[in-house]
Amino acid sequence: MRNKLYPSYFAWGTILLYLVFFVVPGVMGFYYSFTDWNSYSDEINFIGFDNFKEMFSPDENYVDFIVNTLNFTVSTVVLKTALGLAFALALNEGIRMKGFHRVMIFMPAIVPMLVVGLIFKSVLNPATGLLNETLRFLGLGFLAQKWLVDAAWAFKSIIAVDTWKGVGYIMIILLAGLQSISKTYYEAAEIDGASAWGRFIHITIPLLMPALVVTTVLNLLHGLKVFEVVYVLTNGGPGWSTDVLYTVIFKEFSMGRYGVGTALSSLLFLVMTVAGYFVIRLMSRQGEEH
Amino acid sequence: MKKHLALRIAQNALAWLLSLFFFVPLLLVLINSFKDRLGAASMSMALPTKLEWSNYAVVIEQGRLVQSFFNSLLYATASTALGIALAALAAYVFARNGSKLNRFLYFFVILGIAMPVNFVTLTKVMQWTQLINTQIGIVVLLAVMSIPFSVFLMYGFVGSVPRELDEAGVVDGCSPIRLFVSIVFPLLLPVLVTVGILNFMGAWNDFILPLYYLNDSSKWPMTLAVYNFFGQFQVNWNLVSADIVMTTLPVIVIYLLGQRYIIAGMTSGSVKG
Repeated sequence: MRNKLYPSYFAWGTILLYLVFFVVPGVMGFYYSFTDWNSYSDEINFIGFDNFKEMFSPDENYVDFIVNTLNFTVSTVVLKTALGLAFALALNEGIRMKGFHRVMIFMPAIVPMLVVGLIFKSVLNPATGLLNETLRFLGLGFLAQKWLVDAAWAFKSIIAVDTWKGVGYIMIILLAGLQSISKTYYEAAEIDGASAWGRFIHITIPLLMPALVVTTVLNLLHGLKVFEVVYVLTNGGPGWSTDVLYTVIFKEFSMGRYGVGTALSSLLFLVMTVAGYFVIRLMSRQGEEH
Repeated sequence: MKKHLALRIAQNALAWLLSLFFFVPLLLVLINSFKDRLGAASMSMALPTKLEWSNYAVVIEQGRLVQSFFNSLLYATASTALGIALAALAAYVFARNGSKLNRFLYFFVILGIAMPVNFVTLTKVMQWTQLINTQIGIVVLLAVMSIPFSVFLMYGFVGSVPRELDEAGVVDGCSPIRLFVSIVFPLLLPVLVTVGILNFMGAWNDFILPLYYLNDSSKWPMTLAVYNFFGQFQVNWNLVSADIVMTTLPVIVIYLLGQRYIIAGMTSGSVKG
């Protein structure tokens, strides 16, 4: 009966396209990682672990790109969660024009990342940029830096720009989470004489946990796949100090070194798909409990 | 407990400061798009002395903006329509016909939310399918990339549509296709609008797919055209600003009109309610 009414062939087209353009390239990657596939010869030879040896050899800096990617991911997860929560708490009470502020803070989240990158190329310009000009105007000129040019600041600047763009999105999710917490918990706690801090720790945080798990997962996935913000702001410079996995993969691709590019992609694919498998299982179980 | 007035004022002032912090960089571009070349060179917040509408004319002419605008529109519209149709069909069957295989397939599809794309080997697939450097290729890729998250959102929604209506349709002698098209599909409208807006904006903002798979500049969407324009005209921030404004305006307008749906889509699945 069920099969007659809801025939499985409805989903075949979707599954087929998903397999061909999404899953197959991922699986193919594992084969091509062990080849010398490149743009300057038509032959593709099996070369064993050579690509991986090259990636992890001490003379190369691929390990730095992996470290950069992880550093970017952890930093943006922490910053976006902390700031997103702070903004959500602030907008959840005692403020006029809540809707207006919400729209403003969320605005950067819908602007193309490419555009945000170009805007901040101008804002972070050491000589004429809005940031340094503002600092000088406020008498804080000693804080002005060569943001994207100086290796000590370039990566921090990228993290800051990505946080500026994405924090509104996280705030929106957490705000919805806060609004779904019943007021009665807080009223009961107030009668029991709990302090504001106590209420936050014992009521807000535990009940906000599901939303916090979701935002953390979203930020993790976003962080590991980072590409555009780095590509536009520094393209990996100065030197290779701000390169991340996806920018290096694009560089290898542009140079026609497909084997190495695929090996890097496959590494990322393996890590994220395995992690995603456990996260999605965890979440669907959470969903069934409700 | 009445809060102190001073505290309330401080709170509101802080909220305004925050809003400015997020809005000023966007405003900066708008202001500078109306200055002349010299005025915009320093990209300051000073207001333009007179409005230079000519920047927009120059950008439209030199940035080949009209063509890239229509490319973007084609990619975003077509991929959204295709993506919604594919995701709705799959989510409907997965949610209604919970056989073991379908449960596995649902799980397998939403795993795509976490899977990163292997752009290098995808090139090979694009060559085999003859889709590399074609507009259809970009539409198909955008649609497929949107499937996992769309199926995830729709699956939850289909579950909340009562089955009694399906049964009523069956009694009236609907075929499975007709049942889906004329009874279920209209009921899914709220989630379709949400997913549609999110996918449209995602496709409009996308940069990486055309960067990898379109080398013919006449097929470039706005994002790629703007990036290229910036490479050529870096010294003319007034023109670059005008170009940025025209690329961003469509998504801002959609956002302001469809705010309710966007927020619904972004928060569903993460917050029960």
